[in-house]
Amino acid sequence: MPILSKDESQAILKKVLSFSTADECQASLSGRTVGNIRYARNNVSTAGVSDNVSLAVEARFGKRSGVATCNQFDDATLRRCVQRAEEIARLAPEDQEYMPLLGPQQYLTPVSYATSTAAIRPDFRAQAAADSIALSSSKQLTAAGYLEDGAYFQALRNNKGLEAYQQSTGLDFSVTVRTPDGTGSGYAVADFTDATKFNAKNLTQIAADKAAGSRNAKALEPGKYTVILEPAALVSDEGLLNNLVYNFGAREADEGRSFLSKKGGGNRKGDKLFDSRISIYSDPLNAQAPGSVFDGEGLPVKRINWVEKGVVKNLYYSRYWAQKNGVEPTAFAGNFIMEGGTQSTADLIKSTAKGILVTRLWYIRDVDPQTLLYTGLTRDGTFYIENGKIKFPIKNFRFNESPVIMLNNIEAIGRPQRLGGNLVPPLKIRDFTFTSLSDAV
Amino acid sequence: MKRRDFVGLTGLATSALWLPSLPSFGGTEVDPAHLLQGGADVAVKKRLADAALNAAKAAGATYTDVRIGRYLNQGIFTREKQVQNIANTESYGAGIRVIANGTWGFASTNVVTEAGMAKAAQLAVEIAKANSKTQKEKVQLAPQRGYGEVSWKAPIQQNAFEVPIKDKVDLLLATNAKALENGASFVNSVLFQVNEQKYFASTDGSYIDQDIHRIYPTFSVTAIDRASGKFRSRQALSAPMGLGYEYLTPKAADKIAGPAGSDVIGYKNSYDILEDAARAAKQVKEKLTAKSVTPGKYDLVLDPHHLGLTIHESVGHPLELDRVLGYEANYAGTSFATLEWKAKNIPYGSKVVNIVADKLQPGSLGAVGYDDEGVKTKEWNLIEQGKLVNYEKIRDQAHIVGQTESDGCCYAQSWQDVQFQRMPNVSLKPSAQKMSVDDLVKGVDKGIYIAGNGSFSIDQQRYNSQFGGQVFYAIEKGKIAGMLEDVAYQTNTLEFWNSCAATCDQSDYRFAGFFNDGKGQPSQSSAVSHGSATTRFNAVNVINTARKIG
Repeated sequence: MPILSKDESQAILKKVLSFSTADECQASLSGRTVGNIRYARNNVSTAGVSDNVSLAVEARFGKRSGVATCNQFDDATLRRCVQRAEEIARLAPEDQEYMPLLGPQQYLTPVSYATSTAAIRPDFRAQAAADSIALSSSKQLTAAGYLEDGAYFQALRNNKGLEAYQQSTGLDFSVTVRTPDGTGSGYAVADFTDATKFNAKNLTQIAADKAAGSRNAKALEPGKYTVILEPAALVSDEGLLNNLVYNFGAREADEGRSFLSKKGGGNRKGDKLFDSRISIYSDPLNAQAPGSVFDGEGLPVKRINWVEKGVVKNLYYSRYWAQKNGVEPTAFAGNFIMEGGTQSTADLIKSTAKGILVTRLWYIRDVDPQTLLYTGLTRDGTFYIENGKIKFPIKNFRFNESPVIMLNNIEAIGRPQRLGGNLVPPLKIRDFTFTSLSDAV
Repeated sequence: MKRRDFVGLTGLATSALWLPSLPSFGGTEVDPAHLLQGGADVAVKKRLADAALNAAKAAGATYTDVRIGRYLNQGIFTREKQVQNIANTESYGAGIRVIANGTWGFASTNVVTEAGMAKAAQLAVEIAKANSKTQKEKVQLAPQRGYGEVSWKAPIQQNAFEVPIKDKVDLLLATNAKALENGASFVNSVLFQVNEQKYFASTDGSYIDQDIHRIYPTFSVTAIDRASGKFRSRQALSAPMGLGYEYLTPKAADKIAGPAGSDVIGYKNSYDILEDAARAAKQVKEKLTAKSVTPGKYDLVLDPHHLGLTIHESVGHPLELDRVLGYEANYAGTSFATLEWKAKNIPYGSKVVNIVADKLQPGSLGAVGYDDEGVKTKEWNLIEQGKLVNYEKIRDQAHIVGQTESDGCCYAQSWQDVQFQRMPNVSLKPSAQKMSVDDLVKGVDKGIYIAGNGSFSIDQQRYNSQFGGQVFYAIEKGKIAGMLEDVAYQTNTLEFWNSCAATCDQSDYRFAGFFNDGKGQPSQSSAVSHGSATTRFNAVNVINTARKIG
């Protein structure tokens, strides 16, 4: 039941729309089957499975709109759900930024689903955890990890003729391996659309090597250093590159409250703000990191360049803001891809006279939105590099840095890897600002 | 990019169609009137809970607890002169946790019937048995007596859900108008309300019915100088509270002035949102031209709204026993305050640092009668005169530190999530001697007064932290000497608390609070308050955060 086919979901949505008396009505059906396993101290702590299908109905009378949801699909429940949305709409204030619902749209064919991932059962998760724990135990190390996998679908339909459907799958795994005395810690993280590419043992090995190699770290003075930032130091739920892309909103820029605001008014689209080697785009059809082919309103998603050769090419325009400014709205694929070269992280290390390898940046928070200044800390594997080799582990640092400044101080760009649904290369950056030392391991 | 970023980027964060995907708004969109309807009768819930307890026992569980929860949320979102969204959600279901073969198992269901409960209980036992194959140590629960059939209600005066939405919208739009009248370029205001109706039953013989309320009015005011391109924001100085709508009826006695010359007003048990919005607009304009701080060592005088966040990050989190033991190593992190570290008796803070944990203080976010594993809540000391004396723990952790009872800090964000150890209220005791904010500032030669919490970051073992704020004032020779900008301080937890020189008395004591503290995988959110009075810390490292971009 949780993953409905295109025909099954559109049949429900058709029925929902047939119950509507509103001027405009749009219904979305989304479902998921998600499983997880969590372990710590080389022991499984929790495991679970959940599934759900949920219907959201938006009814509109003029500029008034109301939403109701339900997760039962008999006729009586569907009818009640539509009625409730209509009741709420009648009571709602007028939306001063009202945009009519979209009519029929043409979408790309999505590439975001793998049957291998949708077929995962509890024994697959248990085996992954057991493999990770066994490798860690065999080296007298302690592992804590989390695996979550899921199959998802999203269907949308409205009474203006719009019809959309997409399935997707995903698997996310992360593991932290620590030495029993707490003096070393290593981390590995990866995510996939296709679960056959996932290997818990290999990822745990990376984390274990970093844990063992980070014992007895030496303290370096805080200051400006050449750094090699691995993808996990660039991308996470709070990553510097996620935050950069997140701040590409046209409205905030036009309103004067973004790093992309122009002095005196307007925004910085067309300005060269980054090193010429920086190009960032979104593409729903990227085979390694696929995204959505339609957004929440049903707008078709296509490839869009955010930064091309250091120049800001596009900003994110909602339908309202686009109409107000006479431009096309931007649909967003939910992923971003940063172009890179062919060098591995090991190659970047080899070409470094003096520098610091950073596995991961963590607890990243904004300090000043004006300059996109962020602070956070290195974690789980920070090493000093000299003459092309890792010399010794170093104590963790706090940084205060802006991705805008960072992407102007590029020394080298490596081969992109998938992380968090995106493709991101390791970056070698000069003059990265570390402001204090941390005793944390 | 994760879904949450996508939602934020596309401006859908306030679009009702996607609300079920937002963590604090899990649940089903409902008519606002529905939020006023009572939940199931206690006798019905007892019968349902018994169905689960019996089914789990029959399937081989040696311990079972059942939580039947109805979680109601309302959020009203506005900007300038318009309402952006009004969301009303309800989530109803049951979570069943069991011990079988010495191992935890958990299952949840939204089919809240006797058959549905029994089925979920059997599934929980099945999962426990499956997990027991790799379990190395059997779960040990601290003994807990059953309380029979009892209830607890948050001591609110006015249920916020009963206040007409129009009144709440009018208040937020009036707040925005105040900010705009006083020179703000932009203003967003939001009112969140939460009601948790929770029924707990366990094989210890407890049947506990609880009614918990939370409210959080807040805003962000922005000022822009178009010519220079500079912009600054100031957030509300409200605290999320475990109160009803009475929090939004301001009382003069609840307004606490900052030091003379600072133009700061803090709020105790009621909040004047209109006054704060007007003041925020004036302050945010002043921030545009305030002097940029010279980095160096300063004595810091921190107001309770600010200090609450520092307490949260540098005391509340490192003393969570699950972090100390390594259960959060892959996500939230571990802690410097290990059992071995505690045994060394290294001072956590100076002699004036007395920090207490509780789940009792009226109006606080942590206050409940019983926690989510049926333990009656209490107060206990964490730090006495600078010395670490205890941790925050739950039933299956007490034996690890040689204790025989839980502290009552077990919590799950909803019926469908498994309960685990969360932070209680953690508060700094005010001075027993009379001490006003002006007295505190009088003794500072070169310092900074910080009001409101801002940017915050701390490492995974809770040593190194960096904090910003909402407004900053220079202190020169015992007096406030104008506003500063670009201020953040970096400190080490032990250095910071050992530099604590003095704290004000009870008359200045008030709460800061956090509505969405995250922990666990999958991540769960909890709400917690931190009480303190304005406090002085000597010789803290202050950095300047101004940068230039091309």
